[in-house]
Amino acid sequence: MSTATVDSSVRWKHLYGVLSTPGPFSDEDWVPGPETITALESSKILVIGAGGLGCEILKNLALSGFKDIHVIDMDTIDISNLNRQFLFRQADIGKPKAEVAAAFVEKRVKGVKITPYVGKIQDKDEDYYMQFKIVVCGLDSIEARRWINSTLIGMVDPEDPESLKPLIDGGTEGFKGQARVILPTLSSCIECQLDMHAPRPAVPLCTIATIPRQPQHCIEWAHQIAWQEHRKDEPFDSDNMDHTSWIYQQALERAKKFHIHGVTFQMTQGVVKNIIPAIASTNAVIAAATTSEALKIVTSCNPYLENYMMYAGEEGVYTYTFEAEKKPDCPVCGNLARTLSVDPDSTLEAFIESLGERAEAQLKKPSMRTEEKTLYQRFPPQLEEQTRSNLKLKLRDLIEDGQEIAVSDPAYIIDFRFRLVFNK
Amino acid sequence: MTDSFPSALTGPSSKERKYDRQLRLWAASGQQALEESRVLLVNSDGPIDKQKTTVSGVVGVETLKNLVLPGIGGFTIVDPASVTESDLGVNFFLEEQSLGKSRAEETCRLLKELNPDVEGTFSTTPIAELLQDTKFLPAFRLVLVSGPVKCSSLDLLCNASRELGIPVLYTHSVGFYSTFSLQLPAEFPIVETHPDPETTQDLRLANPWPELLEAGARVRDLDTLDDHQHGHVPYVLLLLHYLEQWKETHEGNVPSNYKEKTEFREMVRAGARTNNPEGGEENFDEAVAAVLKSLNPFSLRSNIREVFEMEECQKLRADSASFWVIASAVNAFYQMHRVLPLPGSLPDMKAQSADYISLQNIYKSKARKDLEEVTETVRRIEGSFGAKRSPIPEKEIEVFCKNAAHIKLIRGRNIPRIDRDVTVQSSVRMALGIPESLAPISIAFQILDAVVDQLQETGSTVASIDDNETWDKQTQRIIGVLKAEDPEYVDEEVEEQIKNATQELRRTKAGELHNISSLTGGLVAQEALKVLTRQYVPLDNTCIFDGVKSRSEMHRL
Repeated sequence: MSTATVDSSVRWKHLYGVLSTPGPFSDEDWVPGPETITALESSKILVIGAGGLGCEILKNLALSGFKDIHVIDMDTIDISNLNRQFLFRQADIGKPKAEVAAAFVEKRVKGVKITPYVGKIQDKDEDYYMQFKIVVCGLDSIEARRWINSTLIGMVDPEDPESLKPLIDGGTEGFKGQARVILPTLSSCIECQLDMHAPRPAVPLCTIATIPRQPQHCIEWAHQIAWQEHRKDEPFDSDNMDHTSWIYQQALERAKKFHIHGVTFQMTQGVVKNIIPAIASTNAVIAAATTSEALKIVTSCNPYLENYMMYAGEEGVYTYTFEAEKKPDCPVCGNLARTLSVDPDSTLEAFIESLGERAEAQLKKPSMRTEEKTLYQRFPPQLEEQTRSNLKLKLRDLIEDGQEIAVSDPAYIIDFRFRLVFNK
Repeated sequence: MTDSFPSALTGPSSKERKYDRQLRLWAASGQQALEESRVLLVNSDGPIDKQKTTVSGVVGVETLKNLVLPGIGGFTIVDPASVTESDLGVNFFLEEQSLGKSRAEETCRLLKELNPDVEGTFSTTPIAELLQDTKFLPAFRLVLVSGPVKCSSLDLLCNASRELGIPVLYTHSVGFYSTFSLQLPAEFPIVETHPDPETTQDLRLANPWPELLEAGARVRDLDTLDDHQHGHVPYVLLLLHYLEQWKETHEGNVPSNYKEKTEFREMVRAGARTNNPEGGEENFDEAVAAVLKSLNPFSLRSNIREVFEMEECQKLRADSASFWVIASAVNAFYQMHRVLPLPGSLPDMKAQSADYISLQNIYKSKARKDLEEVTETVRRIEGSFGAKRSPIPEKEIEVFCKNAAHIKLIRGRNIPRIDRDVTVQSSVRMALGIPESLAPISIAFQILDAVVDQLQETGSTVASIDDNETWDKQTQRIIGVLKAEDPEYVDEEVEEQIKNATQELRRTKAGELHNISSLTGGLVAQEALKVLTRQYVPLDNTCIFDGVKSRSEMHRL
C-alpha cells in the first residue's frame, strides 16, 4: 500500500481527536484543528541519543505525528544494549545506533522521515541546532547534557523568538528516572540543577593504594595502579574483554592477599566501565514523559510540564513533579558568579582536583584565571609550564577571600564563574 | 575453593552479557524467576459499541515489549480484533501489511522479534470462551488486561485468577490519562525488598553479642596509639569503646533519647585528634555521623511483626508455603533472643584492611550462627510434618534471614469497582478531599467502564461509545453513588473536576495516545517485573497517571 492512499484522518484519529477538540485544560485562546496538525507535522525535531531512551523517543515521536525527525548518536550497538534498545537485533551488533534506529522507525511508521547523524553533538554548530523547533535528549552523559544546554542558551536572541529552542531532557538509572523541560534563559537549566545529580564520591587514593577493604577497592587498584605499572604503554580500553580480564585477574590476586571476598567479573566490568543498571520499562516511562511534553509544546493541546518530574519505581509507583528554580548564580544562564567555599590552606592542585567531584562544579580538566592573572592553564604547553608552579601554592597565596575566578574546561564552550570564599 | 577464584578466561556468557544491565538490579535469581514465567495478555474482548470500536490495546502491547526484552519465558496474546487503519497510527508492533489480519497474530509476531529467547503464542478466541478450559489459565504466572473489557469477562478472569493465586493487572489508557490496578493473591510476601542500604544498616551497637563486645573491649587505651593507628580504628569499635565509658556513668544504659545521644556524640567528637594537618580524623567523623542512627536498641518493625502475627505463621500446615515455615522459625528465633537474625553486612569505613576484615568476620560469623539456628528450627518443623515436605533450600532460608527486618507482606485486593464496593467508594471519597488529588481521573475511568457496560446490555440501542446521553447518565449515576453515603465529599468543585476529567478522556473518543500508553506500559511492566521476580515492592493497588500535569498518584482502593 502506498502512502498516498493512507487516509490520515482515519489512521491518526485518536491523535487528531486531541488536536481538534479543545480540552478543559487547554488554553482558551488555542485554535484546535488543521492549523495545529500542520504545525506538528512541519516541526523539525532533534533527538540526541539513540540508546535506551533514544529508541523509545524516536518511536514515540513518530507515533505522535512528528514527520521530520533528526537523531544524533556516536555509538555502535553492543550486545548489552539488546535488553532494552528494542530497535536493535543480534545481527545489528557493531553497526551505528543512529542509522539502525532511524531506518527501523522509518520502515515501521509510514510517512515519517528520520535523518541520522553518526557522530558527536560537538561536531555540529549553532546553524545546525537553529533549524530545529525542539531538542529532546536521551543521554547517559552529564557532560553532553551540559554542552547542549549551554549551546542552546548561547543561541537565544531576545529579538528572535525562533531562536529559543525548548530542551526536553530525560535520564534513567535502574528503577529511577527524571524528565525535565528547559526553556533556555527563561527557566531553570541543566546547570542550575547540577547539584541534584551529584557524582558518586570517589574512593580515596590512599585506600586504593594501601588499605583496601572492599572488592571494589581491589578493582580500582588494578585499574588505576597496576595497569600503569605493568602496561602503561597500552591505553586501557574498557570494551576490550582481554583488558577487563587482566584487571579482574589482578584484582582477584590483590583481594586474595588482603582476604577480601566478592571480586567478580561482573563487578570488575561495572567498576571499570562505570556501568549504570538499565531496563526497558524505566526507559519507556521517561522517554514517553519527554515526548509527551514535546507534543504538548508543539501543539499547545495541553499545558506542558513546568518543569521537572522525577520517578522512582522500587516501591510502588512514585513520581514527584515540581518547579526547579532558576539560579541567579548559574554559570550558564545566570549573571552572578557561583560561590564555592574553599580551604585557603589547600593547594591549587587540590582545589583543581576537588572541582571534578564537587556537585556544583563537576569539571574534570579545568584551567583557571582571575581577572589579573592566569592561575593554571593546561594548554598550550608553554603556558602550562609557566603556570605549573602555582599548583603547589596555597590558595591564600594566590587569591583573595571572596575573589572571582573564571574556569574553563575543554568539555564546555563557556567559562564558569566562581567566587571563592575562604572557610573560617 | 575453585569457584571463588575462577579463571579470568571464563568471562560472562552471551546471555549474561545481553542481560548485564538488568542482572545488576535483580541478580540471577530474579532472572530465573522471569524466565520461568508465562504472561497472559487479554488485549481486547470484542467491540465495545455498535460502531465496532475496539480497544486498541497499545498499552498491553507496550507492556509486553518491556517484558519480552528482559526475557520472560513466554507470553500469550488473546485478542479477537483485526488490524484496522487507526491501529497503525498508534501501535508500533503492527505494520502496513498487517491491515485486516489478526491483531493477536501480528503483534505476537513482531513482539517475538525483540528477543529470540522468548516464546510467544496468540489466540483470537474471546477470553470467556478460553476460560471454559480449566487448563488454560494455570499455565500463566501473571495476567494483563487492557480495559475497558466487558464486566462479565473481567469478573470471570479475576475470580479464576484469584482462586489460582495468579496476579492480575487491569489497565486503562485513554487520551492523556491512564490508570491501572493490581490484584494480588490474598497474601503476597516479598523477601527481597531491596531497601536503601544507607538507611537500613543493622550494626547492633546497642545490643552487641559477646564477640562484638569483646572486639570493642580490645580498643582499650586510645591514647597509647600512634596517630596512624588512632586515625584508623574502625568507627564501629570507636562507638563501642565510648559506649562502655558512657555506660559506666549511666547505670549501664546506652544513650536513649535525643539529648543523651547529642551528649554522647560530643563525647565521641572530643576524642578525635585535631593537631594534625587535616585538623581531624575521618574515622571519628564517621563515628560522630553514625551516632544518631546507629544507637537505637533493636526493635521489631511493624511489617515483620505483622507477618509473625498472621495465622499462616502461627498455625503451620503440611502444605504451608516455605515463606511461612521460615517466618515461623524466624519468629521462634525472635521470641528466644528478642532480636532478628543478624543480616551480617558491614558498611565500608575508614580502617586498616586487616582490622576491617576481622570486624567484618565477626559480623559474618554471627550471621552464619543465627542462620544455623533458624535452619535447625526449619528442619525441626519440616520433620514434624513427616515425609510430606521436601526440605526448603538453605539458600532460601539465608535470603530470608538477611532481609528479615525489611520483609513486606501485601494483602491482595480486588480490582476496584466503584459501583459495587462500598469500601472503594469510601476510599475514593477520602481521596477526593485531598487538594490536587487525581481521584477524579480514576472516577472518570469508572464512568467509562460503566458506559461500556451500558452499551453491552442486551437491547441497548446506543450506537457509539461517544454518546453524550450515555456519558451524562453514567456520570450522574456514579456521582450519585459517591454522594449516597455522605453528599459532603462531592461538592460542586469536585463535581466540576470529575466532569473535566471525563471531558479530557472523551477528546480521543475513548482512544489511546501512543505516548501515554507507552509510558503506562512502562509503569505496568515495572509492576509486572516486581511481581514476577518477587523483588522490590509492587503497587498496592491502584495508580493513576495524569499526562496533562505529568503527575501520578497511588491509591489503595
